[in-house]
Amino acid sequence: MTASTQRRVTVSGSARAGGEGVVLRGLRRVFGDVVALDNLDLTLAPGELVALLGPSGCGKTTALRVLAGFETPDAGSVLVNGADVTADPPNKRGMGMVFQAFSLFPNLTVLDNVGFGLRVRGVSAALRRTRALELLELVGLLDTANRYPHQISGGQQQRVALARALAIEPRVLLLDEPLSALDAQVRTQLRDEIRRVQQRLHITTLFVTHDQSEALSIADRVGVMRSGRLEQIATPDDLYHRPATAFVAEFVGTMNRLPGVLLDASTVEVLGVRRPTLTEGATGDAVTVLVRPEAVTVTADPNGPALVVVRTFHGAMTRLSVRLPTGDEVLADLPSPAAAGLTPGSTATVSLVESPVLLA
Amino acid sequence: MTIPVGVEAPVPAGPSRRRLGSTWLILLLAVAYFVIPLGASFFYTIDNRATHSIDLDAYAKIPAAVGFVDALRRSLTLAVLTVVGALAVTLPAMLVVTLRWPRLRPVIEGLSLIPLVIPPIALVVGVRDVLGLGPNQLAGTPLGDALVSSQDLDLPWVLVIVYIVLALPFVYRAFDAGLRAIEVRTLVDAARGLGASWPAVVFRVLLPNLRSAALGASFLTIALVLGEFTIASILSFDTLPTWLVEISGENAQESVAVSVASLLFAWLLLLAVSLADRRRRSPRRAS
Repeated sequence: MTASTQRRVTVSGSARAGGEGVVLRGLRRVFGDVVALDNLDLTLAPGELVALLGPSGCGKTTALRVLAGFETPDAGSVLVNGADVTADPPNKRGMGMVFQAFSLFPNLTVLDNVGFGLRVRGVSAALRRTRALELLELVGLLDTANRYPHQISGGQQQRVALARALAIEPRVLLLDEPLSALDAQVRTQLRDEIRRVQQRLHITTLFVTHDQSEALSIADRVGVMRSGRLEQIATPDDLYHRPATAFVAEFVGTMNRLPGVLLDASTVEVLGVRRPTLTEGATGDAVTVLVRPEAVTVTADPNGPALVVVRTFHGAMTRLSVRLPTGDEVLADLPSPAAAGLTPGSTATVSLVESPVLLA
Repeated sequence: MTIPVGVEAPVPAGPSRRRLGSTWLILLLAVAYFVIPLGASFFYTIDNRATHSIDLDAYAKIPAAVGFVDALRRSLTLAVLTVVGALAVTLPAMLVVTLRWPRLRPVIEGLSLIPLVIPPIALVVGVRDVLGLGPNQLAGTPLGDALVSSQDLDLPWVLVIVYIVLALPFVYRAFDAGLRAIEVRTLVDAARGLGASWPAVVFRVLLPNLRSAALGASFLTIALVLGEFTIASILSFDTLPTWLVEISGENAQESVAVSVASLLFAWLLLLAVSLADRRRRSPRRAS
C-alpha cells in the first residue's frame, strides 16, 4: 500500500475533495449483431451525479461497465481526471460500484464486506475496522457489523454495498440500478440516502436506472439513452419541460398523443385551441401533438363534449381519463379539489394550458 | 362457529390425516429397506458362533488381518489423491466456463456425464490396452516409462487418473449446484471492482463460497474410491474393496465387519461435511 493510500484512508469519512471528472469519448461496443454503444459521448463534472436513463437494451449498463473496466470498448476512450484509463483492468481503476443484484460476499460479515477493498489493498486490520465502522455509521448500519448478509434485509444489504464501495474512497461511484430489487418504500429511503451521502462526500457518481422518477429525483443531470446513443442530457427540470425529442418527451413522464392540425411552421391547433410548437421544421397538415397530463385542463360542464371515464386519486393530485368526441382518450392531472366534481360518467370540457407543445 | 370453553376444537379429519399416515408408512418402509439389511449384517458380525455370545471380536481382528492395513492405506491415499486431482481439474474448468464461456456449459456437462455412460469394464479394457504399450511398443521412451511407473503396486497412479475420470460426474454436479447457488459473475465483478486480483478473487471470494460444494464433491469421490472394485481388480491392484472380496472367501464374518466399518466411515464423512457446512452458516465474530 502506498503512503498516499494509507494517508487517505485515515481521513475520517472523507472522499477526494471535489471528486474527479469523467469523460467517455466516442465509445462503441458491439455484441454480435447488437450495437450496445454507438459513439457515446458523456462528461461528468467533478462531484456531479449523472443518471443514465433508458429502456432495456439501450446501452446504459454497458456504458457503466465500460467505465468500471468490466467491458472493453471496441472504440473510444475513458478519461478519469484527464488520464486515459481505457486499458486499465477494473481492479486498477479505483471505482466503487453498487450492483443491481445483492453482491455482498456471503462468507463475510457486514464489517468484513465493507473492509474487503481495504484488505486487498493491504490496509492493516485495525485501520480497516475503524474505516468500515465509520462507513457503517454513515449508512446507519453500525449495529449490523457482525451479521452475515443473509441475516439482514435487502435494503440493508444495498446500504452495506454502498458503504463497501465508499470504503476504498473511489475516484468515481458507479450505481447499476441499485434500487430495483427493493420494495417501494425502501427504494425511496435508500435513494434519498444515496443522494445525501453523495452530496456529503461530493463524489462523482454515475447512476444507471430505467426508473424515470428515480433518475429525475436524484440526479444533477439525466442522460436519456436510446440505441447506444445519448438522446439528450440535461437537468431533470429541462428534460421534463423541454425535451429535445419526441422519444425523450414520451420516455420521461407521461405524455398524451393528441391529433392536431399544423396551421403554420410554428403554430398548431389542438383540442380546439392554438398553441406554438417547440418542434422545428414540422410539415404536413395532420400532426400528433404531445401534451403532458398536467397541461390538460378539464372543466365540469353538463353540456361538454368529453366524458370522464376513469378517476384515480393520488393524494394532492387526481388523474382523470377523459374520452374526447373523436374517441381518443386523454389523461389529465388536476389538483384534487379541482377534480372533486369530475366523477366517472360526468361530462366536461377539455382544453390546454397556455404553453408551447411538442410534435411527435 | 363458536367452540365451547373446555371443549377441544375438532381435528380436521379425512384427506390430511390419511396423507399423514401414508407419509409415515412410506418413511417406515424406506427406513426398513435400508436398516434391515444393515442391521442383519451388523448382527452377523457380532454373533460369535464359536462362543455362542455377542461380541465385537470380528471388529477387533480387523487391524491384524493380513493385508488390511496396506489395502486401507493404499485406498485412502488413492482417495486423497483423487479428490485433489478431481477438484484441481474440475473447479478451474468450471470457473472459466462460468465466467468466460458460459455457452460451453452444456458441452462440459455432457462431457462430465460420459463416465456414467461408459461401463467401468469397457473403460478398464481401454486402460489396460494403453498400459500394455508401456513395456512393449513404447518401451524406453519417456511416455513408456511413465506408463510403467504409473502401475506401481504400492501406489498405482493409473488408478488415480481413472478414478478422477469416474468422479467427474459427481464432482461436476456438486460444483454446478454450488456455482448456481451464488451470483458468481456479480461477486467476481464486485471483488475486481474493489481492487482484488484474480488470485484474490478465487481464494478470498469464490472458494470460501464453494466450500460446501467442494466438501460434497470430496465426500462423493472418497466414497467412490473406497467402493470401486471392478477396475482395481481387473488391473490387479490391491485396494480395500479387492481385499474385502479376497478375505470374504476365508473369513466371511471379518469381511462383513470391514464392510460395515467402511460404511460407518462414509457416514462419518457425510456427518463431517454437514457439520462443517452448518458451522460456516452460523454467525461468528467479525475480525
